[in-house]
Order: sequence, then structure tokens, then C-alpha cells
Amino acid sequence: MSAERAAPPDGSRRAGPRPPVKATLTPKERYLPALISVVSTVVVFGALWRVVTSAENWPLIQRQFFNVDAMRDALPMVWRGFLINMGVWVVALLIIALLGVVIAIFRSLTGPWAAPLRVFAVIYIDLLRGVPSILLVLLFGLGVPALNLPGVTDSRLFWGSVALILGYTAYTSEVYRSGIEAVPDGQRAAAKALGLTQWQVLRYSILPQAVRNVVPALLNLAVALQKDVALLSVIGAREAVREAQIFTARTFNFSSYIVATGLFLLATIPMARLTDWVTRRDQERRLQRTL
Amino acid sequence: MSGDAHVDDPAGTSPPRVSIEDLTKYYGQTLVLDEVFLDVAHHEVVCLIGASGSGKSTLLRCINQLVPFDYGTIRLDGVPIDDASFGKTGLRKRIGIVFQAYNLFPHMNVLENVTLAPRKVHGAERRAAEANAHRLLELLGMSAFADKYPEQLSGGQQQRVAIVRALATDPDVLLLDEVTAALDPELIGGVLDVIRDLKAQGMTMVIVTHEMGFAREVADRVCFLEEGRIIEQGPPSQLLVDPEQPQTRRFLQRIIDAGRL
Repeated sequence: MSAERAAPPDGSRRAGPRPPVKATLTPKERYLPALISVVSTVVVFGALWRVVTSAENWPLIQRQFFNVDAMRDALPMVWRGFLINMGVWVVALLIIALLGVVIAIFRSLTGPWAAPLRVFAVIYIDLLRGVPSILLVLLFGLGVPALNLPGVTDSRLFWGSVALILGYTAYTSEVYRSGIEAVPDGQRAAAKALGLTQWQVLRYSILPQAVRNVVPALLNLAVALQKDVALLSVIGAREAVREAQIFTARTFNFSSYIVATGLFLLATIPMARLTDWVTRRDQERRLQRTL
Repeated sequence: MSGDAHVDDPAGTSPPRVSIEDLTKYYGQTLVLDEVFLDVAHHEVVCLIGASGSGKSTLLRCINQLVPFDYGTIRLDGVPIDDASFGKTGLRKRIGIVFQAYNLFPHMNVLENVTLAPRKVHGAERRAAEANAHRLLELLGMSAFADKYPEQLSGGQQQRVAIVRALATDPDVLLLDEVTAALDPELIGGVLDVIRDLKAQGMTMVIVTHEMGFAREVADRVCFLEEGRIIEQGPPSQLLVDPEQPQTRRFLQRIIDAGRL
């Protein structure tokens, strides 16, 4: 009954010509949503700011954490330390990217002669992925220099970096392996059928496709490592966090930590954005292929 | 078994191009090839027909050693395939295969797909390999697509590139595994034309196909497989028209009922 009553207006609208679509939006339609977004955001954050800064302890917090003078004093040291972080990060990334491929290849080799390499890869991955990074850093960074091995550097920074590289290589090789396994079987068959050797099949057919499959996942690991380099502070390597710690111990002021925080964010946020962008582009590429 | 399998073996002096003896293969506990004997003469075109799972594709993949088999021998020009002269990639250097799903390398353009094996397996110079690739692409009407990537091509175009890729190493034998099965109907004709041309040029081919009309036209000999055995073989005019074995008749009847012969 009610449906019948509702029907005529609907029906007449459907039968008649469609109303012309408005080509342009009125200024009100165009700008009002943006205006609402800006105003509401400013109001909410302004209110939060008021609440925080009007708190009884705010002046104390400001003095201890956001002290401009202290920040200015701490910046040169922390910055010098941060350059070490970034240096270790870049070098480690390059080595990990290569070592990860090698371990992933070991793990995906077939045939009885490759068995030792396969077993090595499995044990390596299980061990190094199963241990907390901080433990690896302590073990290598303090342990190896303590051995006083002849002909081997006793730099804690060096051995701590080795620990990070070994640990991240385990994760990275698993990412590569997932990329290798995602390459369709037909690709391997086609390459093999052309007479390519097992190594050539990997080199020319499987690996290029596998790496392309996992670029977003690799970038995620790169961002994680960017922060984990700070673990080197636990063995006394004078990177950004360690320098901030030293400053705090000397001045009883935590502003140096905020400086370090700011420097890390300056580096990690662009990397995260880059990762998002690459991931989105990768998804579009896959979508296009399936269409 | 071996007695009737050699009926069409030409009584020539040279050994057959491909000679398969007693080929047996299991996938786990399942017997997929059961004592298959098959000789393919020089310039001969053999079509393998049969229902899905009858072992046709597995037989092809055994011939170029893409999959291992459990028992039997395969010879190329009389030389057993485990002979050291074939090297560690076995027969694959000398036997080309084209797959149902094309399997072109998506990260390489057409020219790179076609020249990969000539350059990396057969040691051809880049320039020579590319010249040969352009010649073959021209022959198959694909010369305009040398710089394109597989995803920019239609299925029929991709399959023609896959055939060029297999031909680029100048194989002794070409294996075709249901090469039109994944194509839209209007694209099948172009690919079948290419195979007709190859036959005219004397290419030795073993073809797995569901296109009975095409098999009838292009094959010198048709083999019907069921449960991993060659049940019957003969010239298409006989086997596809008046088969002797009841299994073959039943299979053809189903094809006819489906309107495909």
C-alpha cells in the first residue's frame, strides 16, 4: 500500500528526462567542506593544546623536555651521532639487500648437492630471526671485541652493526623468498624449457620478477632498520640516542631526547611516505595486469 | 605393446628424430604414463589427443625433460637423452616447447623474450640474435611489437611471440601444448595459420590439441591417449573417422556430441 503511494513520484522521475548534471560546483559546495575540516581540526587541537598547557605541571614539562636552550646545546652532539646512525643504516641496507638475496637463493635451490646450502639457510634464518635484535647487538657488539681476536677490529660500532646486518638479513631473505615463491611456476618451466641452467633461470626469469614483487615489503624493513640502528646505543656506540643520553646525564634535562626524536622523524616520515607511494603504485600495476 | 607402436616408423636408414621407448611415469602413487612407445620421424607432425588427465601434456614435458620420468628411454636422432653430449640442460637446448599459458617473461619486452635463449644458451651475439628475432617476428606478423611488453599484447599475439621464442633457437623438434586452448575464438585462427606454415617448412612437431578439425588437417599421425597409454594411432583420415578401438570411438563420440568435430 505505502509502496504504491510512494511509487508515482519515483516513476514519473524515471520516465521523464534526467535532470542535467551540474557542470560546476557553486563556491559554497566547493569550499564549505574544506572550511569545516580546517575549522574543526583547529578547534579540536587548539582545545587539546589549551588543556595540556594549562596543566599545573606544564612549565616543568616544558623546561625538562622542550627547553630551547638545552636543545640548542645538545643539537651538535646529537646531530653528529645521527650522522653515524644514517651512515650505518645506508651501508647496512646495501649489504642486507645483497646478503638477503643470497640466503633466499640458497633456500630455494633444489637438488641433492645444494642440500648443505639449503640447511645452512634454514638454520641461519631460524636462529637469527628468533633472537631479539638487542640481544644480537649485545652479543656481537660487546662479545666479539672482548675476545681480542688478532687481526680483527674491536670496534663495538662495527660489531654491533654486523649484528644488525645479520639479523635483518634473515628477515629480508624471507621476504625475497616469498617473492620468489609468488612467481608463477610457468615462468620457471618456460625458462628451463629454453635450455637455461638453474642459475640462469633464477638470474633472468625468477629473481627480477621476485624482487619487483617485494619492493614494498623491503622498504618497510628499511624503515624499521632506520629506527633499530638506535639499538647500537646499548653497547655505547656514540650515535644519536647515546649522545642524547650523555647530554641528559650531564644536565638532567631531557630536551636532547626530543632533538633525537625530531631528527629520527625527519628521516623516517619521508621514508614511510615513499613506501606508501611505492606500495600504491605497485597495487595499481597489479590491478592493471588483471584487468 | 612395442609391436604396434612402430607401425608408422618409416623404414629409412637414419634413426627417427624422436624415439620414445617404454616411457613410464608416476606422480606419487598415480601412474600417469604407462609404457608409452612413440617414434616421430623427421618432418613428421604428430598430434596427441585424449581427455584431460590422459597424460598428453606430461608426455610432452617428458620429451624435453621438463619433468623427470621413472622408466624408459627417449632418444633424439638415436642418441639417448642422458648422453653427456647434451650437457646438463639435456635435450631442452634442441627441443622447443610452447605452453597453453604462453609464459612469456613479463619483465622483458618481446625482443628480449625472443633473444634471451639464443644469447645466453647458444652464445649468439646480440646483433645476430636480434636480427634473427626480427626476421622471425616479421614472418609471424609480429614485427611491429618488438618493443612491447607481454601485458600490452592480446593472447593471440602473446602466443605468437611464444612460438617465435621457441623457434629462435632453431630447435630440431617443436612441442606445442594446447597452444590455442587459452585463446578467444577469434584469435585461434592466426595461431593455427602459424603452425600450418611451420609444417609447410618441414618442422618436426608433436602437438597436444583439442582442435580436432585442425589435427585432422595438419597431422601426419594422430595418437589417442587414455590413462597414460597410447590406445591407438594412425593417420587422421583413419583414426578420426573410423577408429578401431572402442575407447577411441567413445572419445570421438563425446567430441562430436560437443560439436567440436
